[in-house]
Amino acid sequence: MNLLDTILVGIKEIWAHKFRSMLTMLGIILGVSSLVAMSALVKGMENGMKEALVAMGGLEKVRVEAQDDLPVYQKHLADQAPGLLMQDVHALQSGAPLIENVTPIVEQHGYRSRINITYRNKLARPWRIYGTWPGILELEDHRIEHGRMFNEIDNEMARSVCVIGVEIRNDLFGDPEKTGKEIIPVGEVIQINGQPFTIVGMFEHYMTEKERKEKELARLEALKNPQPQGGVVRDKGRSGSGPSGYVFRLKNNSVFIPLQTMMIQFRAAAGADETADPKLSGIYMKVKDISVLETALQQIRNVLQVSHNGIEDWTFRTEEDLADGIQLTIANFRMSGVIIAAIALVVGGIGIMNIMLASISERVREIGIRKAVGATTSDIFIQIIMESLVIALLGGFMGLGVSVALVHSITTFTPTENNPVITIEAMVFAFACSAMVGMIAGMIPAIKASKLHPIQALKYD
Amino acid sequence: MALVELREIRKTYHLGGETIHALDGVTLDVQAGDFTSIIGPSGSGKSTLMHILGCLDSPTSGSMSLDGVNIHDATPRELAKIRGEKIGFVFQFFNLLPKLNVAQNVELPLIYQGISSRSRKEKSMHALKLVGLEDRAKHRPSQLSGGQQQRVAIARALVNDPRIIFADEPTGNLDSHTGEMILETFCKLHQEGRTIMLVTHDPEIAALTPQKIEIRDGKIALDVDAKLAGKESRFKLRGSPEPNP
Ligand SMILES: Nc1ncnc2c1ncn2[C@@H]1O[C@H](COP(=O)(O)OP(=O)(O)O)[C@@H](O)[C@H]1O
Ligand SMILES: [Mg+2]
Repeated sequence: MNLLDTILVGIKEIWAHKFRSMLTMLGIILGVSSLVAMSALVKGMENGMKEALVAMGGLEKVRVEAQDDLPVYQKHLADQAPGLLMQDVHALQSGAPLIENVTPIVEQHGYRSRINITYRNKLARPWRIYGTWPGILELEDHRIEHGRMFNEIDNEMARSVCVIGVEIRNDLFGDPEKTGKEIIPVGEVIQINGQPFTIVGMFEHYMTEKERKEKELARLEALKNPQPQGGVVRDKGRSGSGPSGYVFRLKNNSVFIPLQTMMIQFRAAAGADETADPKLSGIYMKVKDISVLETALQQIRNVLQVSHNGIEDWTFRTEEDLADGIQLTIANFRMSGVIIAAIALVVGGIGIMNIMLASISERVREIGIRKAVGATTSDIFIQIIMESLVIALLGGFMGLGVSVALVHSITTFTPTENNPVITIEAMVFAFACSAMVGMIAGMIPAIKASKLHPIQALKYD
Repeated sequence: MALVELREIRKTYHLGGETIHALDGVTLDVQAGDFTSIIGPSGSGKSTLMHILGCLDSPTSGSMSLDGVNIHDATPRELAKIRGEKIGFVFQFFNLLPKLNVAQNVELPLIYQGISSRSRKEKSMHALKLVGLEDRAKHRPSQLSGGQQQRVAIARALVNDPRIIFADEPTGNLDSHTGEMILETFCKLHQEGRTIMLVTHDPEIAALTPQKIEIRDGKIALDVDAKLAGKESRFKLRGSPEPNP
């Protein structure tokens, strides 16, 4: 019997029991669609996380941060801990050849340190204010849209200049999406905790890939059917929600000033004895080549061991740690997705097996007749396997359709930073899974049917 | 060499410690072109013999050859092939597939021989013409009378142009008039040169066929011709063969 005939017989048989077959397919539809949808969600998460990783400066970035809690065996040395100082920066610059762009940073937490920025009667609360060197631009993947970054001279002379994120501008000068006109605040003087600072530059508006697309779409829409109000773009609510969006929001809400300015204008006031507190919050740097990351870390460790007399009041942070964390989260999420889908597929498979067993016991006589006119054991086996396979593949096919609809509606009704992305690989894999389930589920019924003795089958009622 | 040769065929069933000898050493030859009837009382082993002859069942012991092929040591796959290519089987209860229409039922043996769908259609229409049902090709078996269904079954047995046709009480489920028409069909086929074996328990039907075998308790009874000699058949069939001298 040729394959096409067998498949046709299978399809006819399924068509003859439409409702029953449809119910049977449900399990497979659920399994396949959850497999594809889960993988799409994971893929979306992955994309979002990768975006965030790049926005933080990539894998080459190494952060050395001050650590107040010493390891247990060094607790008694706490009062001798020097903290991160400028001398560490110089030591790293000269003593660790595998790293470059060593940049000290003093970070003030906007809310905790109660930092107010005012312009006329407007108030802005920055999330962070950083005193640092211009090198931070490269380390944190910052891009200036208007004006310039402060430079070494600004730093040497401790000038009162700042570079701000877009949200700070929005709070102080108005949001162009709401007012309809863009204000470039370069040259304006604002008050940071009452001290005048001149804005020399503003960063670009950092946003996730998804936000960018939405903006573009909204802009095109506005062009197509212009509203009477003019080109006001629809307010999409708070930009950058979700875990990866945080990185972008943080950058948009930051203010950067030269390190010296920070030391003189903020630290002097903060120091307990009216002298400047020389401690840095961190030293950021870049490994020259990601392939020598381990060696470079060892160099940094060696340098700091010496300059800190072996006291471990500092710690490493590489983005690799973060990347590993991300990988782990995603792996867990993927695992639970696979388990759910696998359970659905197994249940679907059992459903198919059940219906095929019922179907062959209804058709014992038919099988006897087919054998009597020349069907071989393998003809019958293939026929039953094909029927089971066709049910599974139809289910799989519909499952793919359902998954596309599902992912589409997730995207439409609950937009997130990480839009789920359906991949061809996931679809092929899920479809192959449904085929496999169909084969396995059809195995036992097919063996049972093909082993029937023609005469016994013909005498059966 | 005869078309079919049976030698000392035995078929034994074991039912709850009891042994039933359905066939108890049957030896017979069937020549090409024979039209043989098998008669005997109910339970004498006629159907068992037909199933073995039709390669649907295998004997407990004994040897058999059909068209020069040894059946007793054929594998199930080879048996299926022989059933499909060399044998046509007509059952008492028609055994048509209710979900298929008449033409599809007739085509069924050809599907398993990998014959193309076009050639299958041609052959099935030809077979339906032989039994006079070509205008019912699209009907379902349930839309036909019993006699018509049996003629469809005969067409299905003919469609693969078999070496031999076995019919197990083909008229047993029909009224006598319809039965007559079925017999007429078989006589016509015999005249066209086909080899036919037909089971009946009606001696008057048996009297119509040139060859007769009687079975009792799983054995061939030898006095069959003597018993039937001189018996006038109540059937007056068109083209019925001359009774054996
Ligand atoms: N599957 C079976 N199991 C046990 N006994 C059987 C089976 N098939 C047939 N028989 C027995 O074999 C004998 C012959 O049966 P069968 O060939 O059907 O007789 P007939 O067709 O001449 O009426 C009977 O006694 C019957 O009970
Ligand atoms: Mg019988």
